Amino acid sequence: MKKIVSLALSAVMATGLVAGLAACNEKTYKIGMICLHGSASTYDANFINAMKEACENKGMSDDLTIVTDIPEETKCYDTAKDLVDQGCELIFADSFGHEAFIAQAAEEFPNVEFCHATGTTAQTAGLDNFHNAFASIYEGRYLAGVAGGMKLLEMYQDNELEDSNFTDATKKTIKIGYVGAWPYAEVKSGYTSWFLGVQSVFEEADLGVNVAMEVQFTNSWYDETAEKSAAQNLISRGAALISQHADSMGAPSACETAGVPNVSYNGSTATACPNTYIVSSRINWVPYFEYIIDCVFNDGGEIDTDWCGGLENGSVVLTDLGTNAAEGTAEKLATVKASLIDGSLKVFDTSKFTKDGVNLTSYTTSYGFEGECIVTENGKTYFAESSRRSAPYFDIDIDGITILTDATQE
Amino acid sequence: MSNAVKAVKEPLFHIEKRASLPAWKAWAIRGGALLVALVVSCILSGLFLGGNPFAFFSSVFSGAFGTSTRINTLLKELSLLLCVSLAVVPAFKMKFWNLGANGQILAGCIATTACMIYLNGVVPPAVLYILMFVSAILAGAIWAVIPAIFKAIWNTNESLFTLMMNYIAEGLVAFFLTLWATDGSGTLNPIKDAMLPKIGGEDFILPLIVAIVLTAAMYIYMRFTKHGYEISVVGESENTAKYVGINVKKVVIRTLIVSGALCGLVGCLLSGAINGNISTSMHDGMGFTAIMVAWLAKFNPAIMAVMAFVVIFVERGAAFASRQMGVTNSAFPSIVTGIIFFFVIACEFFIEYKLKFRSKKKGGNE
Repeated sequence: MKKIVSLALSAVMATGLVAGLAACNEKTYKIGMICLHGSASTYDANFINAMKEACENKGMSDDLTIVTDIPEETKCYDTAKDLVDQGCELIFADSFGHEAFIAQAAEEFPNVEFCHATGTTAQTAGLDNFHNAFASIYEGRYLAGVAGGMKLLEMYQDNELEDSNFTDATKKTIKIGYVGAWPYAEVKSGYTSWFLGVQSVFEEADLGVNVAMEVQFTNSWYDETAEKSAAQNLISRGAALISQHADSMGAPSACETAGVPNVSYNGSTATACPNTYIVSSRINWVPYFEYIIDCVFNDGGEIDTDWCGGLENGSVVLTDLGTNAAEGTAEKLATVKASLIDGSLKVFDTSKFTKDGVNLTSYTTSYGFEGECIVTENGKTYFAESSRRSAPYFDIDIDGITILTDATQE
Repeated sequence: MSNAVKAVKEPLFHIEKRASLPAWKAWAIRGGALLVALVVSCILSGLFLGGNPFAFFSSVFSGAFGTSTRINTLLKELSLLLCVSLAVVPAFKMKFWNLGANGQILAGCIATTACMIYLNGVVPPAVLYILMFVSAILAGAIWAVIPAIFKAIWNTNESLFTLMMNYIAEGLVAFFLTLWATDGSGTLNPIKDAMLPKIGGEDFILPLIVAIVLTAAMYIYMRFTKHGYEISVVGESENTAKYVGINVKKVVIRTLIVSGALCGLVGCLLSGAINGNISTSMHDGMGFTAIMVAWLAKFNPAIMAVMAFVVIFVERGAAFASRQMGVTNSAFPSIVTGIIFFFVIACEFFIEYKLKFRSKKKGGNE
């Protein structure tokens, strides 16, 4: 009996070995994608779904392989190398901290094109096959801010706000809140544009009422507990409207529990937060992915070193409005979007915000480089975000926004 | 009397302790368990992912060592995991439940990265490298010795204490990231010019050498030195240890210094030789996986090398095979890894015990 078992086991092991050797002759791919987390993360799901859609549109679904859960470490470089071994001619990585390792791989494999989202160094790296990409998401956040502002205005006009939602007894300034990941340009540009969007609604309504925003950082891109407690803290401090730039459901679910309207990011939270979801802005990566696929496989020329998508080519989009959005929001958003596209409206118009009480005329030490960022065009003076480099560089702390320092440092 | 015995119905089978099993048979059972687990995983892959189960099976192998790049990566991860497993051995052998290896690794990472940031260009490279190693070893040792001192003097619960130290270490890394990543992004770019030189241009060779040396050293330390003997006596019975004149407090503290120092050394490899930077998750949970490796190998360093290989093989193979099936999250590879460890751990039962079925003679009346 024992002998038979041993023999059987030996036979199975031998089969295993043969199968292992046979496996060396494996499938090859043309497009490789490296993701920080998997499709359970809203951030990565946004990239994964877009890449699948783009590949399907270009008839290359069978040529795509997606590697998930790759940290921002040398494992990213190892993965890129493995993808090159598998035949990939185009490799894309989706996380900010992947950049140094993707650049390292790009240097080693000059015949493979490497694209990286949200990065900042392609312009200065001097590598022909290493490219950055982002989108003018600040415009999307501004639009989302308009939708949030309209909801807030409706609440104000319907007398739904409580005393604690105002900064003082005169009831002239309404408090709103924002949960941010890390205190750098990508997040600052995002919440400032969102704030200006909310503010624009009240300015237009001309009721002598304005908004003030408190920001709390979590110092993490994905920390559900921290994001939830940050949102709860902001709500307990009187915020009547919340938005966030971090990747978990922490802030939206805290808002749903407290019944505070929430403007989301990366995708609709309507199913999980039916009573408080207003709208969400997100980057649609399909246009970029189709563009790079055409460049590499359909002779579409060289990939831009630094590509920036926008509202006009469908890279920056808003999700469907929630059932609780204010009346007339859709129409208003269409008008504002049209003015952003034709250039008659600028998000960072310097007449719309101040720093230390003055309107800026010059700003030269922006995030990641030096040079004048404030330009005047057709009589409008504005901070030209995402025009010199796709990744955001607006990092000015403007008046009306307070960063909470009890939980984080600045 | 004899009638009463006959009236008891003999069960279909009963469990009996094996006298002893030849080593080759024990290993055949372990290997068999691994293969059965792989087969079960393949069937599941066919059911859930709708792919070809045979393709999944062969993908596990090619994902683990299909190309030279993959073999290098496998050796690198295997070496690191083996080092951490060796690090936890002395503490566990002493029945000191050190669940804080993750934190001790991070302490080593912090010390190494601090040297790379503040001393690069200030001192000659050779001095920098030595300081990176020494400070990482010290940092790991300090992180482990704090709970050891509390245990030795006030008999605090070391499992909770070491576990808590992990969170503090992660918090410290987050704090240093806000300090060192001056742009506020929380991402530290690799400090390439301060990294330890790559032997032969590959980053797996140094960890591999360290792992081989440590395996031999730990084998000798545990088996042939007075320290090793004292550790096993304290682990067997603290009272016996006291009776024969072993200073238990001293042994606890000394052993945790060794354990923490080795974890710190792994931190130095991670930050100084492999990644060139630091992150809160750089330990990759190895501190916990290492416990499984050490237990499965019954603290025998040579067998730990085999077990560490099995763990890394399964993790990398399952991830690759799932990817080939179009899976874009870590759920299925985690399930497969779980199934395989379930079988591998369960088979230890059949090495210790055997099932004895009701003999045919007695059951012949059917």
